[in-house]
Amino acid sequence: MLKIDNLHASVENKAILKGLDLTVGPGEVHAIMGPNGSGKSTLGHVLAGRPGYAVTAGSAQLLGQDLLTLDTEERAHLGLFLAYQYPVEIPGVSNMEFLKASVDAVREHRNEAALDSVTFMKQAREACKAVDLDAAFLKRGVNEGFSGGEKKRNELMQMMLLAPKLCIMDETDSGLDIDALQVVANGINAMRSPERSFILVTHYQRLLNFIKPDRVHVLSGGRIVKSGDHSLALELEERGYAWLEDVA
Amino acid sequence: MSDFMQQALAAAARTAPAWLEPVQARGRDAWSKTALPTRKTEAWKYTSLQPLQQTFSAPATESARSPLDDIPLPELAGPTLVFADGHYRAELSHGELPAGLNLVRFADANSEQAARIAAALGSALQPGRHVFAPLNDATLADGVFMEVAANAHIDTPVHIAWLTTGQNESISITQRLLVCLAENSSATLVESFANTATGGTAFTNGITELLLARGAQLNHYRLHLEQGDAVHIGGVHARQDADSLLNGFHLALGSALKRIDLVVDHQGSGAHCALDGLYLPRGTETVDYHTCIEHAVPHCTSQERFRGIIADEATAVFNGRIHIHPQAQKTRAELSNKNLLTSNKAEINTKPELEIYADDVQCAHGATVAQLDPLALHYLRTRGVPREEAEVMLSYGFINELVEAIAQPAVQAFLKPLLARRFARDARLTRHIL
Repeated sequence: MLKIDNLHASVENKAILKGLDLTVGPGEVHAIMGPNGSGKSTLGHVLAGRPGYAVTAGSAQLLGQDLLTLDTEERAHLGLFLAYQYPVEIPGVSNMEFLKASVDAVREHRNEAALDSVTFMKQAREACKAVDLDAAFLKRGVNEGFSGGEKKRNELMQMMLLAPKLCIMDETDSGLDIDALQVVANGINAMRSPERSFILVTHYQRLLNFIKPDRVHVLSGGRIVKSGDHSLALELEERGYAWLEDVA
Repeated sequence: MSDFMQQALAAAARTAPAWLEPVQARGRDAWSKTALPTRKTEAWKYTSLQPLQQTFSAPATESARSPLDDIPLPELAGPTLVFADGHYRAELSHGELPAGLNLVRFADANSEQAARIAAALGSALQPGRHVFAPLNDATLADGVFMEVAANAHIDTPVHIAWLTTGQNESISITQRLLVCLAENSSATLVESFANTATGGTAFTNGITELLLARGAQLNHYRLHLEQGDAVHIGGVHARQDADSLLNGFHLALGSALKRIDLVVDHQGSGAHCALDGLYLPRGTETVDYHTCIEHAVPHCTSQERFRGIIADEATAVFNGRIHIHPQAQKTRAELSNKNLLTSNKAEINTKPELEIYADDVQCAHGATVAQLDPLALHYLRTRGVPREEAEVMLSYGFINELVEAIAQPAVQAFLKPLLARRFARDARLTRHIL
């Protein structure tokens, strides 16, 4: 699904990723943990092609295609989805028209016919229900005035409608109370399938109680310094990150 | 007098009803004493009158018979008056007058109506506030008088279309509308200004006066759709008595030059005005809105929301003056002006101008100038929306709030596609907005 080799990236000429290797197979759930400033969010933004995030060396392939030469929207068409840690507010553009434009664009790339409005509305309402978001949010400006939890659920709702191949969840659990966390985890679990992979970027092991990862990686200093199974997350919870710096 | 000033007078020499002659004489006199503004005049600092440096003539009557099919106009249910190049076009005008509404051309006014027009005409125009008003008076041969009787509520919108056709030479056109709403009456008025695509420059001098008596309510739309070489220098001058309500929606697509002065004079306590406005110049076009709210008495409120999207090498000016007189305690005035520049060469000159002489007032103002938010653009693209479509969505999104706030459904239905398509190369790019 995803193959990252020796990825180096910098933001404003400051090197953040320094030789990151990561391979995610189809249907797998990988968790990336690590201390603040280790480059966890940068990884997602680099893969999504955010302006200002420059790849200086290395490669990243999604489904065998070179991700880094594609435009941001082409990466989305290919099946990449980044759930933002801080979703962007866009007043004046309704959530509904935004979602329809997104879904139409992605379907078009898959050579699928555009959904008629009625079918789309039905799907959008169902997605809202699945993430416990009132359908009235469809009519509001994109993320405009949403609470932190509502924004995260809105991200998840978009993910459901777009049915991507690789979902990168950038600290989707941060700022959520335990009930909202359960809703988000249920949503992610419901979307797990042999053809869909997940990267969960998180600080806390808490989320991993609800979504059991196949692999857990520790990102530190721009590289993956340790990988393991779910037990690594529990160990991190207990011991913190400091001992890993000795390992690295 | 400059060449322009002299020949502007000559260009419009036409037969007018005898009762208008004193108005014309008054105008000629004032115009002869008028100094044409230059870039050194504060209120014209950013707007050049260079497009007026050419020879204008009076529009020929026969050329006013040219086809007008390709001019887009809103389709409204109420009475419609159509003028082309200053001439009334009976065959294009239609609609019944509901009870309580009087709609008459100056040229057709009977002696009683003429007396009422003569008494009211110019009363909302404050001396010196509108440099080109004397020229409008001096060249006034016809106009429209809209009168709503006390306690009458006119549900269907009155539509006045001021059209300019492509003539072979540059023409000068005078437009005048006088609106009198008697006590506790209400009405909706739509003014459309539009032109055909070809022909010489048309210089239009259009003045609308709104007189709202106690408790009257007017929804006023002034849609400047003229494009190309069109030069429009005009304005709306409103006088509001106690507890009256004026809702104004103003739109200006760009053309060679548009300068619109909006002046609202609150003369009675409890008056409220809300002005929304959009200006969208592109190419090398210029749009200049000068608004002025005169809070002369206590307990009045005003709210202004103007937004502009300036593209290419276009220029826009927004000057929002709020003048709170010493006795106007408990005034509440809000002014917001937001601008989006979509090119490095686009220019906006925005200035809130607050003069406050009362101490117990609430006055808020803000002006912003920005480019399309790169993070918002990126966010849309991460969801698969192509860049070009995302740019259209964000541009339209910038003005969407004001479009959605348009109360008259037919006007909104007309403007929505017209505005959205302004940002888009082809219809595919607007399919998710419309």
